[in-house]
Amino acid sequence: MEAMKETVDQSLREMRDTFASGRTRSVKWRKTQLEAIIEMVKDNEDKMCDVLFQDLGKHSIEAFRDELGFVMRSATTALNSLDKWVVPRKSNLPLLFYPATGKVISEPYGTVLVLSSWNFPISLSLDPMIGAISAGNTVLLKASELSPNASALLAKTIPSYLDNKAIKVIEGGPDVATILLQHQWDKIFFTGSPRIGKIIMAAAAEHLTPVTLELGGKCPTIIDHHSVSKDMKSVVKRISGGKWGSCSGQACISVDYILVEQSFASSLIEMFKPVIRSFFGENPKESGCVARIVTKKHFQRLSRLLNDPRVQASIVYGGSMDEEKLYVEPTILLNPPLDSEIMNEEIFGPVLPIITLRDIQESIGFIKSKPKPLAIYAFTMDEKLKTRILSETSSGSVTFNDVMIQYMCDALPFGGVGESGMGRYHGKYSFECFSHEKAIMEGSLAMDLEARYPPWNNFKLTFIRLAFREAYFKLVLLMLGLKR
Amino acid sequence: MVKVFQAADATDLVTELRRSFDDGVTRGYEWRVTQLKKLLLICDNHEPEIVSALHDDLGKPELESSVYEVALLRNSINLAVKQLKDWMAPDKAKTSLTTFPASAEIVYEPLGVVLVISAWNYPFLLSIDPVIGAISAGNAVVLKPSELAPASSSLLAKLLEQYLDSSAVRVVEGAVIETTLLLEQKWDKIFYTGSSRIGRIIMMAAAKHLTPVVLELGGKSPVVIDSDTNLKITAKRIIAGKWGCNNGQACISPDYILTTKEFSPKVIDALKQELEAFYGKNPMESKDMSRIVNSNHFDRLSKMLEEKEVSDKIVYGGQKNRDKLKIAPTILVDVPLDSQIMSEEIFGPLLPIITLNNLEECFDVIRSRPKPLAAYLFTQNQKLKERFALTVSAGGIVVNDIAVHLAVPTLPFGGVGESGMGSYHGKFSFDAFSHKKAVLYKSFIGDAAIRYPPYSTGKLRLLKALVNSNILEIFRVILGLS
Repeated sequence: MEAMKETVDQSLREMRDTFASGRTRSVKWRKTQLEAIIEMVKDNEDKMCDVLFQDLGKHSIEAFRDELGFVMRSATTALNSLDKWVVPRKSNLPLLFYPATGKVISEPYGTVLVLSSWNFPISLSLDPMIGAISAGNTVLLKASELSPNASALLAKTIPSYLDNKAIKVIEGGPDVATILLQHQWDKIFFTGSPRIGKIIMAAAAEHLTPVTLELGGKCPTIIDHHSVSKDMKSVVKRISGGKWGSCSGQACISVDYILVEQSFASSLIEMFKPVIRSFFGENPKESGCVARIVTKKHFQRLSRLLNDPRVQASIVYGGSMDEEKLYVEPTILLNPPLDSEIMNEEIFGPVLPIITLRDIQESIGFIKSKPKPLAIYAFTMDEKLKTRILSETSSGSVTFNDVMIQYMCDALPFGGVGESGMGRYHGKYSFECFSHEKAIMEGSLAMDLEARYPPWNNFKLTFIRLAFREAYFKLVLLMLGLKR
Repeated sequence: MVKVFQAADATDLVTELRRSFDDGVTRGYEWRVTQLKKLLLICDNHEPEIVSALHDDLGKPELESSVYEVALLRNSINLAVKQLKDWMAPDKAKTSLTTFPASAEIVYEPLGVVLVISAWNYPFLLSIDPVIGAISAGNAVVLKPSELAPASSSLLAKLLEQYLDSSAVRVVEGAVIETTLLLEQKWDKIFYTGSSRIGRIIMMAAAKHLTPVVLELGGKSPVVIDSDTNLKITAKRIIAGKWGCNNGQACISPDYILTTKEFSPKVIDALKQELEAFYGKNPMESKDMSRIVNSNHFDRLSKMLEEKEVSDKIVYGGQKNRDKLKIAPTILVDVPLDSQIMSEEIFGPLLPIITLNNLEECFDVIRSRPKPLAAYLFTQNQKLKERFALTVSAGGIVVNDIAVHLAVPTLPFGGVGESGMGSYHGKFSFDAFSHKKAVLYKSFIGDAAIRYPPYSTGKLRLLKALVNSNILEIFRVILGLS
């Protein structure tokens, strides 16, 4: 541990010196780093797919779609937009302040810490780093020890592509994180669970470090079967693809549970079965298209959720588990008890409860009774229901008629609210996430208003009152002695 | 008999406000505008009482109260009323080929039930301005004014209760105990104005509930004076910004001056001259300056002046009167850099001048200290202005003036590092109390098989082409030519 403390001290010192030197402020430097990230991912595509397979059993297409392709596009967007993003924004000043000018410039925070999660270890490491670098910061990454191969690959590869006096990688688990959090950072970006998010924020409070916390929650999916009946097959495909095709349900924006009217429930379940079979074959374990559960600990957690006898009784599809292979079959539940653990913590696995309601309108109240999730999904063409969902529920985001893809839309801020997090990123929001928006105002030494200065008298008081009200005409009258 | 605020009261308060919020009381445009207009009525109907309370609490001159508190608030309210419809409207967002066909927007939604804790130095401004933001954004809000300005605190409690909808807007008066009880509750946002020390405590309490915070803190705001400046105007603006704003007790007060050894005597002379023009030969008798807020702060400032190696550096002023809680405008030159007066935010009528061999050195001096809320520069040198704006990290930078950026609603007002996080004023206030919810509308047209397992090489190629937004490649794959 002493050695680790020494490493952290040294790294921080070096990064701070690098930042102080001004090197990371240059747009050219930032672009070089972004290009290097693209090159790094391109050169190491196979190795990255390998480690994602080793750590999570991800198919290379899943790996490319959710992680590698995503990172390359994110870096490309930043590269193409950076010149625009760094331009100061002019602010219009009220006439009162003429001839002063105002603008806002984006200034890097300095030396930032990125703590990423194990489920998308490449993209959740590199994407925030892209933001930090575009904004001109030096950055230290600690990837999750629960995806050790990905973490090791990043630790080995990043130094040979990026400026390693400005961008560093440290490997390790909670004890390394603790050491890191004892230091002062200019910003901390964390992706993970709400429980750890609280610890991060409390540690950041000691140093008044601003934080972005990308957390999680139970993302509900409303199926208004009345209004989407003719597209129901698409609905089921989209949900299935999103739930079981992306890290086996171990994603912060995974469909956690479904809300549907009682009358449609059994038809819905019957529609899922052939879709799951078409995606994953008769034996999903052998399909190579289903990611595995990340660790034994998480496997046991999911086991525990399913072993509740009342939950067991609600299994209508799947349910088989293989501890050795860390495999859980795509599983559907019908109405597990609302007070069971599986309905009160984020599932983060390939189990999909369907909760039935008498009327789909009840879904609003149901969602409101739970902590604010990262995403709400709703399959409906009913404009009234859409409006109700938007105005009566709160979540990081809402997606109508699809799942997961809001992640891909980099014109949309990606982040949570309440228990699901604070702050946001993607696209320009990543740049802003790692920038301090500094106001700059410039006055003129040429003109001066006597009324600004003591000693105070009634004239000055009236003058300033009128000036503030922007009652310019009255102001002129006052100055001409025509107003009392 | 005053009822003591207890834990159960805090819980009940939040429960009640949450119910109002859930019932939709604060969501509608009408409610928000009505509340804002009521705040305007408070300004219109009660200015003399506000001025009087500020005089009781701080000895604040009428002009400062009228202008720097009431008038600023009026402007803030009027702007919010005028712009609210615009602010509340969703922003359209662009979608891309990967998410086609879809449309996207960002919807502004209130966070819920928020807590505003304000400071004692501008008790009306710093209480109501954040509340304006909270209400415009559609939240229910609890305000806890500072107990160190008790007349203002009780007037605020009385007026807000009288004019605003108490099912959604409440004031809790009190000190450490009451604040602690409030901080134990779960809020959807906490907005705090005050010291860095308490800012840490606030953020730590907020962490327990994952409550986002805006912390408007302070710091030592430096003023760099270049020898090419118009010294008379410079001196006037510094004096108006320091002693003319609550007698140096403001978060963006010019804290200390940096100038060259050569120019320093001219700076001192200019300051002395203008100080006398503003406050007369007997500034202790002048009614145009606030007094020191209380004996704790008086003693704190006294100690700073009495420190060895500091007391002999006074070149102007230095008179004190503990009974009247007055300290004369005081200028010091070249106090030790590790003295108390150069280590903590002064927040009072003392102005140290640190002289440098070369103005260049100002950057190192500033950088060696925590990031301040504001940094000031007086110069005509364009290159120096640019370098200063780019390399000095502070909440905000003002060139050739002092503090005025606070009154500009189109500039975000907030700190960085030790001086705080988050910002407000104008639309930034509305944003500070809103959640910007991303909304994606997708249709059922076009369901690309490439999205779904089982995975194949063809799908991978198409995916790569989509990611690269390579239209040609996309067509080729679809047509089976790739």
